Amino acid sequence: MTTTASSELTVSAQSLTRTYGAHRAVRDVSLELRRGEVLGLLGPNGAGKTTTMQMLTGNLAPTSGEVRICGIDLIDLPTQAKSRIGYLPEVPPLYRELKVDEYLRLAGRLHKLKKSALKPAVERAKNGCGLADMGKRLIGSLSKGYQQRVGIAQAIIHDPDVIILDEPTIGLDPNQIREIRALIRDLGRDHSVILSTHILPEVEAVCDRVQILHRGEVVFYDSIAGLKQFRGGQALQIGLRNPPPVAELAGAAADAEVDAINANLFRVRPRGGVDPTDTLVRAAVERNWGLYLLQPALASLEEVFVHLTQREDHQSEETSA
Amino acid sequence: MIWTIVTKEMRTLFASPLAWVVLAFLQIILAWIFLTRVDYFLTIQAQLSRVPNAPGLTEIVVVPMFGIASIVLLMSVPLLTMRLVAEERRNQTMAMLMSAPISMTQIALGKFLATLAFLAIVGSLIALMGLSLLLGGKLDLGLIAANLLGLLLLTGSFAAIGLFVSCLTTQPVVAAIGTLAAFLVLWLANIAASDPDSPLHLLSLLKHFENFMNGSIAVTDLIYFALLTATFLILSIRRLDADRLRA
Repeated sequence: MTTTASSELTVSAQSLTRTYGAHRAVRDVSLELRRGEVLGLLGPNGAGKTTTMQMLTGNLAPTSGEVRICGIDLIDLPTQAKSRIGYLPEVPPLYRELKVDEYLRLAGRLHKLKKSALKPAVERAKNGCGLADMGKRLIGSLSKGYQQRVGIAQAIIHDPDVIILDEPTIGLDPNQIREIRALIRDLGRDHSVILSTHILPEVEAVCDRVQILHRGEVVFYDSIAGLKQFRGGQALQIGLRNPPPVAELAGAAADAEVDAINANLFRVRPRGGVDPTDTLVRAAVERNWGLYLLQPALASLEEVFVHLTQREDHQSEETSA
Repeated sequence: MIWTIVTKEMRTLFASPLAWVVLAFLQIILAWIFLTRVDYFLTIQAQLSRVPNAPGLTEIVVVPMFGIASIVLLMSVPLLTMRLVAEERRNQTMAMLMSAPISMTQIALGKFLATLAFLAIVGSLIALMGLSLLLGGKLDLGLIAANLLGLLLLTGSFAAIGLFVSCLTTQPVVAAIGTLAAFLVLWLANIAASDPDSPLHLLSLLKHFENFMNGSIAVTDLIYFALLTATFLILSIRRLDADRLRA
């Protein structure tokens, strides 16, 4: 991470806003990305992830704000800026009547690859996306997962500086998801990658930084470590077959804050930075509580949203007061 | 870059049965017209030889074919142009072109030229059918060239109008109906004008095309088709750019 600060800025978006009539799809979204970083855009459906990505790729004009790709303004010099972007939209832009090879060659030619560079680029993109044997197949006859891979191959064929992937793992089976995540991490080493998803673990598995959108606004922008901290810090989830009263449990855990999730499951938030794990385990064994589960209590995406939006409301109340 | 778009459009066009159906349909109709006109010419040939300045083989057989072709293309070009942008929008493939480092001008011109290339194939097939009469008779080649040029200019403006209407919608069928409506309005613009000097005659596609069919290539007609085509191409480019540029 120490090299990150010195590497070049590839994407810089300043206060992007997009309104549809009275509806504000995206409000005041700014982001910056350097080479070698993977940024996750996280949010529930309708949070403005796709709209943001469309603005970053020059498919949609922002109502206000500006986008620079490697320092080139996307609206003033669209063709120069776009040659540095690879984009996989939410629905892969596939011509179903073409074969995979034909399609990827078309994608390469659209991105001004030279004739001599075309063949190796197609091979590289196919190998990277696990499409090596699919070159002669019609895209329309491929399964959803393979079509998704063709979409990704199309986005990386010209070796762009910035790769923008809108929900790249949607519709894939677990094995394919693992492969695509590995591919994205690979790409993230010497490119900049922005990916959107509504799956929290995916962001934690792949990204360096995360930006959470909610109703078109950025509600969280931090590193992955910051997100993990935010999701629960050192809180624990403990499952007991013969649970004691909550107060006794709290006492055993160095006066931690304890919430009962249900009759057997409790969340333990330590106070004052003391890790209560050891004392809890010892107490559970000595007093025969029937310990069957002990794990870090990470908040789910929904809980994170509740938390973030509540915090927002709280802050706005404070400022208005 | 335009060439990339042209080849891509041609490939997707000929990958669908539509192009082949249009070509086959047109050939069947025109072959039928061709045969009946040749038959007609043979029956009146004896009388014609007695008339001074009588119409020749070209006027009786080839020119009517171009006339019929213009009507058939008026009805089939909307089917070809409806897909150009509307279908790409509906299939969400437009994003690939919009994110590629090519300008909207190149996209619009590429799509237009691909359609024009297809229509040129149609035109040359008609001309070839007429030229086959050279095997047994004499033809007015200048008249055939004027007809071919007229048909290309006419269908060129068809293609530009169709492209523009296709840019307006995400529904190919709506694009086809809208295009056909626009053609009919332009075709018959002068139908209500009883006064032969009415300015409505200037608007009518039919009037301008008729001059080519009679073998006269006038600058006004050339300018008319060039203006019509250029206007709708520019409108298409502006429409495509509207999504990208700030309103």
